[in-house]
Amino acid sequence: MGWRPHPQSAKIRVKDTQEKEGILPERAEEAKLKAKYPSLGQKPGGSDFLMKRLQKGQKYFDSGDYNMAKAKMKNKQLPSAGPDKSLVTGDHIPTPQDLPQRKSSLVTSKLAGSVMDRMETYASGQVE
Amino acid sequence: QSGAFGGGCMSGGGNDIQWCFSQVKGAVDDDVAEADIISTVEFNHSGELLATGDKGGRVVIFQQEQENKIQSHSRGEYNVYSTFQSHEPEFDYLKSLEIEEKINKIRWLPQKNAAQFLLSTNDKTIKLWKISERDKRPEGYNLKEEDGRYRDPTTVTTLRVPVFRPMDLMVEASPRRIFANAHTYHINSISINSDYETYLSADDLRINLWHLEITDRSFNIVDIKPANMEELTEVITAAEFHPNSCNTFVYSSSKGTIRLCDMRASALCDRHSKLFEEPEDPSNRSFFSEIISSISDVKFSHSGRYMMTRDYLSVKIWDLNMENRPVETYQVHEYLRSKLCSLYENDCIFDKFECCWNGSDSVVMTGSYNNFFRMFDRNTKRDITLEASRENNKPRTVLKPRKVCASGKRKKDEISVDSLDFNKKILHTAWHPKENIIAVATTNNLYIFQDKVN
Repeated sequence: MGWRPHPQSAKIRVKDTQEKEGILPERAEEAKLKAKYPSLGQKPGGSDFLMKRLQKGQKYFDSGDYNMAKAKMKNKQLPSAGPDKSLVTGDHIPTPQDLPQRKSSLVTSKLAGSVMDRMETYASGQVE
Repeated sequence: QSGAFGGGCMSGGGNDIQWCFSQVKGAVDDDVAEADIISTVEFNHSGELLATGDKGGRVVIFQQEQENKIQSHSRGEYNVYSTFQSHEPEFDYLKSLEIEEKINKIRWLPQKNAAQFLLSTNDKTIKLWKISERDKRPEGYNLKEEDGRYRDPTTVTTLRVPVFRPMDLMVEASPRRIFANAHTYHINSISINSDYETYLSADDLRINLWHLEITDRSFNIVDIKPANMEELTEVITAAEFHPNSCNTFVYSSSKGTIRLCDMRASALCDRHSKLFEEPEDPSNRSFFSEIISSISDVKFSHSGRYMMTRDYLSVKIWDLNMENRPVETYQVHEYLRSKLCSLYENDCIFDKFECCWNGSDSVVMTGSYNNFFRMFDRNTKRDITLEASRENNKPRTVLKPRKVCASGKRKKDEISVDSLDFNKKILHTAWHPKENIIAVATTNNLYIFQDKVN
């Protein structure tokens, strides 16, 4: 099998042609984004979304958030994370009614087809 | 016939592969319930079984019917074999954390006896499921009727010995092990070791090693959590054991690097044995560079000599003996580079596409938008774009190759970039381990395609 030279990837180009094509789309897109959202930080896109990824599923933060919401501190500046990427915590007081109800798990997947389909196929049987 | 292939012909083993529609599973309606969104697809080691997991925490397993030797127009069809609720939604009150029931990954164990085993995982808990067939049941109890009601003891005049009699085949799934409470962050990968005794589970910051028999203990083998979370710069995005070396595994990161670790070197594999990273020209760097370099999937070739990574715009093949650059790079949808701004705004830039190898490691496949999926033949360097759509619904209809027009004059039958439907994403695909049969998941439907059998 042996090593073969890898095809020229979009990132490695001669500097002169760079100006005309290739890299320009990405930079043009970046300029577009920064024009729409001037507050977008200088750090590369990624860091903010990492934190968002780690906090996925987090519903309510802590009693600090609770107190903040209670005191209606709307003038406090939430850390800006770019276009509407701010985390939803601390903006309302959680109550038992707000907590997600346990969903019913009795619905069969539509990939399994209808009961009639299953009865016609071989080796089928429904299990818990 | 080869002229009809706009983007170039596929070639497998010297013959052109023509992909045909075989089956589609799932509802036709456009209104997709969240629970029906398919989140993982996996063939078992023989290819006889095909498992899917969805956002509703359910697993559906299809079984290939035995080939009809007389009418071998095509290989056997896949029909529903078993379906069960693998995971339920949970709420962690202590951490105020909602735990989705979505199945992130399914991995099959190789078959050792009559039963089949698979691991399924959501964000927090991994479960080992046993899928077994029952085709006999005991009949002739003395104290019970056949329907289970108890008999009046005074009517019992003789004794009989219950016997097993054949019954309609029933397939049962039961959870045999539950591996819980080992992950603070969200599990993105599970991978079974070639020793068939242990497996790894990876979350954003840590990788744990488990023994399939032991649920109350797991060993942490990678920990990239910084002492100060403000210093966090990258997360683990995928991990996999080497197919043959039971001491070797790799994990990929959000910064586009892959680390290969050897468990013989130390108990905690924080120091990699090899670091695979393609050098980047710093003058090309943009706001989007890091995001699109994030690796969404890593898969070893069956041979174990290569591994494949998927980042937002490309698929790369790495030779394990060469760390400084991939040996092959394939552009999946380079035309999206000039759409990154809107793809960032609608979050599509964070979509995690998977990739897969064919059985002989000669062709790789990955999904794209507009229900398109792409295949790259490593030998001929040709590629093809196909579409998973109900419009090509007749069995044995050969799929017509698709072409996206990046700019300029759009030719007939081409589709322009702006017409692409970014809600129709193919994130999950799987290739039968031995045959040219592929399973392609759109949002809520599962398509099965086969190569044309003459």
